[in-house]
Amino acid sequence: MIEAEGLSKRYGDTLAVDNLTFSVAPGKITGFLGPNGAGKTTTMRLILGLDRPTAGRVTIDGKPFEQTDQPMRRVGALLDAKAVHGGRSAYNHLLCLAQSNNLPRRRVDEVVTLVGLAEVARKRSKGFSLGMGQRLGIAAALLGDPQILMFDEPVNGLDPEGILWIRNLMKALAAEGRTVFVSSHLMSEMENTADHLLVIGRGKLIADCTVEEFIAANSQQTVRVRTPQPDLLAKLVTAAGAGVREGGDGSIVITGLDPGQVGDLAYDNQVRLHELAPVHASLEQAFMELTAASVQFHAGVPEQPALAGGVA
Amino acid sequence: MATTTAGPAAGVALDLPRSAGRVTFTGALRSEFTKIRSVRSTYWALLAMFVVVVGFGALACLGAAHGPHGPDFDPARQSLAGLYIGQLIIGVLGVLVISSEYSTGMIRTTLTTNPHRGLMIAAKGVVFAAVALVTSLITAFTAFFVGQAIMSSDHISTTIGSPNVLRAVIGGALFLTACGVLSFGLGLLIRHSAGGIGAMVGLLFVVTILVNFLPQSWQNHVDKWIPALAGGQVWMARAMPPGNTPMYGPWPSFAILCGYAAIAVAAGVIFFRKRDA
Repeated sequence: MIEAEGLSKRYGDTLAVDNLTFSVAPGKITGFLGPNGAGKTTTMRLILGLDRPTAGRVTIDGKPFEQTDQPMRRVGALLDAKAVHGGRSAYNHLLCLAQSNNLPRRRVDEVVTLVGLAEVARKRSKGFSLGMGQRLGIAAALLGDPQILMFDEPVNGLDPEGILWIRNLMKALAAEGRTVFVSSHLMSEMENTADHLLVIGRGKLIADCTVEEFIAANSQQTVRVRTPQPDLLAKLVTAAGAGVREGGDGSIVITGLDPGQVGDLAYDNQVRLHELAPVHASLEQAFMELTAASVQFHAGVPEQPALAGGVA
Repeated sequence: MATTTAGPAAGVALDLPRSAGRVTFTGALRSEFTKIRSVRSTYWALLAMFVVVVGFGALACLGAAHGPHGPDFDPARQSLAGLYIGQLIIGVLGVLVISSEYSTGMIRTTLTTNPHRGLMIAAKGVVFAAVALVTSLITAFTAFFVGQAIMSSDHISTTIGSPNVLRAVIGGALFLTACGVLSFGLGLLIRHSAGGIGAMVGLLFVVTILVNFLPQSWQNHVDKWIPALAGGQVWMARAMPPGNTPMYGPWPSFAILCGYAAIAVAAGVIFFRKRDA
């Protein structure tokens, strides 16, 4: 169980983490979502005691992490797969970590096999691919058979096979009753993995709920329509209290009515429809809508048309 | 790359009681020893120190054997002349031992697996000092015996049993170790390889050269407090004759060098425990 209370961290003028209060429960995967620069990594660094909070506190099983005398059995963390000395072999890297916690040497062989690095364990990690580096980081996190696992953007840069492997690993770890806390800016990834969501933007907690609740609460039903009489339909729909905007490719997008209502409205007023399709709100979309106001670095290109309503 | 054939979580479980797997100082020492012995830079630096100290000492003795030397000639010190460069090489290693943790990012992994910072850094310091001392002893004794063998043809060599000679040779090893520990402290404070090495060279080498340009009356007061000059007293078997800049005795002078090392390490540890990693 990870518990944060009023957790804040300031770097100079930037409030990276702003008064976060949350808890991460065992037995499920908690996704930690936010756009780049939202404070996800800083929060994880605060949990692990790498950074000292400016205000508030964060504990692991009731104690600050620095006070536990069994750090690796309690928490396994992968913050940055590149946080290794490239001149050291994978085996020696894991060995020095195991020794610091008095874990047996055979454990190194076990995790090396588990993550599929047995053949390259004696090689210097400098030459490892991104995927191999990620596996090495996960091997280090698993050394102590910890109750809590923290992964910061674990699938970044991985190939589909690697992504699937990590996804299955996290599910298996959570199924064993462990706490799995994983950050990502990829909503689609969390939609497939997480049970629970913590969403932050600009250091502030925006949502703390299940994936289903998050989508339901944060996205509007939209309907995509193609018609030779778009102006007429737009007038009718607006009169019915719904929103209309250009779909970009000759279609129009209606918010606030379901497909049935749009179809009935068109039929009653003799408007021809060439296409009528519900657009399912994805987690990606819900997330974009929710964090639109809090994105720190807006790209200098126009948003995708489908998202324009939420972002404008 | 091989992929796991078993289920993803198979083998995650560790076959140990939940109470096992604690952080201890002995464990931290083992861990730090694994770190220092598993990177090539350690071997290169120690080998370079050995070769340079022994080689330069041999050259100096060769020069003495064929050249003029006064009544104050100190054959022990002559064979240890390579220490002037050796101090910089052990200094580079002392800085790198800690700064490489920062430059590679390893420090974040180290501290998330052992968040007891004081314990961890103490273990790292002890392991480095022990490795430095053992290598320095081997280096100093080798340089001494090689140098004396070269000078014996000219009958100007000394023996390890002569007054103060054993102290000078062991003192040479202690001097190297102290320079290494001082550099370790600087590395911990500065956390940057280039910056740490720069500070080390400045403190051990540049300052030593610069004081030469001070008026003699100033040097008489300043020299005894300069780290490398003070530390150099412990590897001389004969005191400098009257007329030279006055210095404290071998051990008090060595204590001054150790004082600088202690200040650097203490300041480094205080900041290390406070700062964000």
